[in-house]
Amino acid sequence: MQPEKFYYDNKTVRNFGIATIVWGIIGMSVGLLIAMQLYKPAMNMGNQYTSFGRIRPLHTNAVIFAFVGNAIFMGVYYSLQRLLKARMYSDVLSWIHFWGWQLIIVGAVITLPMGFTTSHEYGELEWPIDIAITIVWVVFGVNMFGTIIKRRERHLYVAIWFYIATFVTVAVLHIVNSVELPVSAWKSYYVYAGVQDALVQWWYGHNAVAFFLTTPYLGMMYYFLPKMANRPIYSYKLSILHFWALIFIYIWAGPHHLLYTPLPGWAQSLGVAFSIMLIAPSWGGMINGLLTLRGAWDKVRDDVILKFMVVGLTAYGMATFEGPMLALKQINAVAHFTDWIIAHVHVGALGWNGFLTFAILYWLIPRIYKTELYSKKLASFHFWIGTLGILFYVVPMYWSGFTQGLMWKEFTQEGMLKFPNFLETTLRILPMHVVRSIGGAMYLFGVLVMTYNLARTMLQGSLVANEAAQAMPLEPVQTIAKEATWHRMLERKPIQFMILALVVILIGTFVELMPTLTISSNIPTIASVKPYTPLELQGRDLYIREGCSNCHSQTVRPFRSETERYGEYSKAGEFVYDHPFLWGSKRTGPDLAREGGKYGNAWHYNHLMDPRLMSPGSIMPDYDWLLTQQLDTTTTISKINAMRTLGVPYALGYEHKANHDLNEQANGIADDLAKEHIKIKSNKEVIAIIAYLQRLGTDIKANKLANK
Amino acid sequence: MNILYFLIGCSVLLALIFLAAFFWAHRQGQHDDLYTPSLRILLDDEDEPPQEK
Repeated sequence: MQPEKFYYDNKTVRNFGIATIVWGIIGMSVGLLIAMQLYKPAMNMGNQYTSFGRIRPLHTNAVIFAFVGNAIFMGVYYSLQRLLKARMYSDVLSWIHFWGWQLIIVGAVITLPMGFTTSHEYGELEWPIDIAITIVWVVFGVNMFGTIIKRRERHLYVAIWFYIATFVTVAVLHIVNSVELPVSAWKSYYVYAGVQDALVQWWYGHNAVAFFLTTPYLGMMYYFLPKMANRPIYSYKLSILHFWALIFIYIWAGPHHLLYTPLPGWAQSLGVAFSIMLIAPSWGGMINGLLTLRGAWDKVRDDVILKFMVVGLTAYGMATFEGPMLALKQINAVAHFTDWIIAHVHVGALGWNGFLTFAILYWLIPRIYKTELYSKKLASFHFWIGTLGILFYVVPMYWSGFTQGLMWKEFTQEGMLKFPNFLETTLRILPMHVVRSIGGAMYLFGVLVMTYNLARTMLQGSLVANEAAQAMPLEPVQTIAKEATWHRMLERKPIQFMILALVVILIGTFVELMPTLTISSNIPTIASVKPYTPLELQGRDLYIREGCSNCHSQTVRPFRSETERYGEYSKAGEFVYDHPFLWGSKRTGPDLAREGGKYGNAWHYNHLMDPRLMSPGSIMPDYDWLLTQQLDTTTTISKINAMRTLGVPYALGYEHKANHDLNEQANGIADDLAKEHIKIKSNKEVIAIIAYLQRLGTDIKANKLANK
Repeated sequence: MNILYFLIGCSVLLALIFLAAFFWAHRQGQHDDLYTPSLRILLDDEDEPPQEK
């Protein structure tokens, strides 16, 4: 048999590499901006398109799906070809994949600041972009499996298994988390409501961390680290064990994001148990990586790329130890909703994802440009300022998290909350937020230095767009005649079989289960909990548009410190009409689950216009555009209809009366404001959002009165 | 809380897919040699064919 000659596609790798750098700079710059907004409200720039609630999702989406996403594709396209000794299956698909993905990101950059959001964290993009993501993801899958099929190396190296797991799981997660009923071109409602929606969100959110930020990077670690150190992975056996254990355990840990919420207790415990188990495979992977360098630590001293890898792996080890600890109920009770979680996430994101990405870029760009790195000194500078940046970021955030978590829970000897005013706990942590943004700025500066270094590297070399290689073609598998036919079929076409089975089963599941599961839900209903009025519904959509849930939670946990501060703890039955749920995951401001009736309409009006009028020192942005913009009531009919389709009991034909009711309620609020000498027309957006805020958590109070 | 059963179903389904993939990998002999693959990936770049335009 003659060896076959073929060429590796380096151009797509290079393109993904450049996209990684460009989007990395953009995503991190937005991160720095929102970090500064958290101690200097003027940084919101007095304009709705740059207010915290709208651009915080832009930061998370840009760094996760644009920076890390492009880095994954860069790493996969480089390593897959070489591990399989084959060019990517189709140049056309590679091209579509690259440009499609960039187009999706541009879509996100435009729509998120405009307020087009579903409100599901890390899944904020509206339904048209969700469809585009699905298509591009399938293109990626076809390209990857096509390459696997035409491979010249029978054995699939462990990295490829990590890539396959990434593809399959992200596909399922994305589809389940994107089941939305469109209301208009850029607005949709999730079919899930309340507690069920919360579970879907965190099943998705947690596994997005698992299968977007972790498994592809582990695959890349298993390929690039041995290459960088020029020595085999410490234990290949352990890597196999690591892979299978990790993917079987990871998918069950999601409910640890919903501890002490109305989610059934057994589901919470299930999530906790699997979270603890996750330590084993995670640390197996980290140890496997670090031990690969045993006897080669002298190389680490000299090679900046290995330095990045060592810190990256250490950060992975720290984050995967901390994760299970945070999933323990006792620790979660203090840590949840605080900056501790932000610190935890950034150990993983800046340390693990960021540093691995930088190491791979420094290693790979000179290779495909057939040159040396422009400056090792600058790379070394990047390493040190990046590492310091991480420390300056996470240490103040841990400190801030402990401070806030404990202050919220502190009682005086008389049994009263020691810090009844939430703002006091916010003001206490502002210095830590300042230091955090300095850490972030250092990290970003390191990235800019890297960009310069890599740009000079590219200029001094020339891209080998098609790198020649040769390998023996694959010999056909010898099938054993004894085996049953169906089994042989399955063995011959495992990938097609896998995809087909997946598609068929998923379609079946959706068609049969979805309506029964989501609409006629058997959550205990509370008689006094009624659907939102049309004005409140519109106000709720404004609350979603402005991204209020990025800073305000809407679920009171059953602790005395919370019931004292906010009111009665939240019940599952209160959220049955909430498409989507808006529990949030962070209390930068106080919880709003029982906000209704706490303050008058005039207080809310002034507070939204300028929060510092009512709460001096508040870090909430001004929402003065709500006072001038007119509420769009043309959507009321389609919104009521959509909600009815999803099982909210609006009477048939109510959609035609809805705007009449809306105006009546709005006039009532405007009249009430007029009594306080506030002159505002009843058709402004602020009226709707006040109506919604005044409704929050009040239904259950009505129930109590009725029972008396 | 029916969504629980749906999501557990989805998770079990994924687990089954991975289980099937595991058995496939095992039958294929992917796990027969647990040492040389780690060395193989290091070798392929060593003796590259000469560059051609």
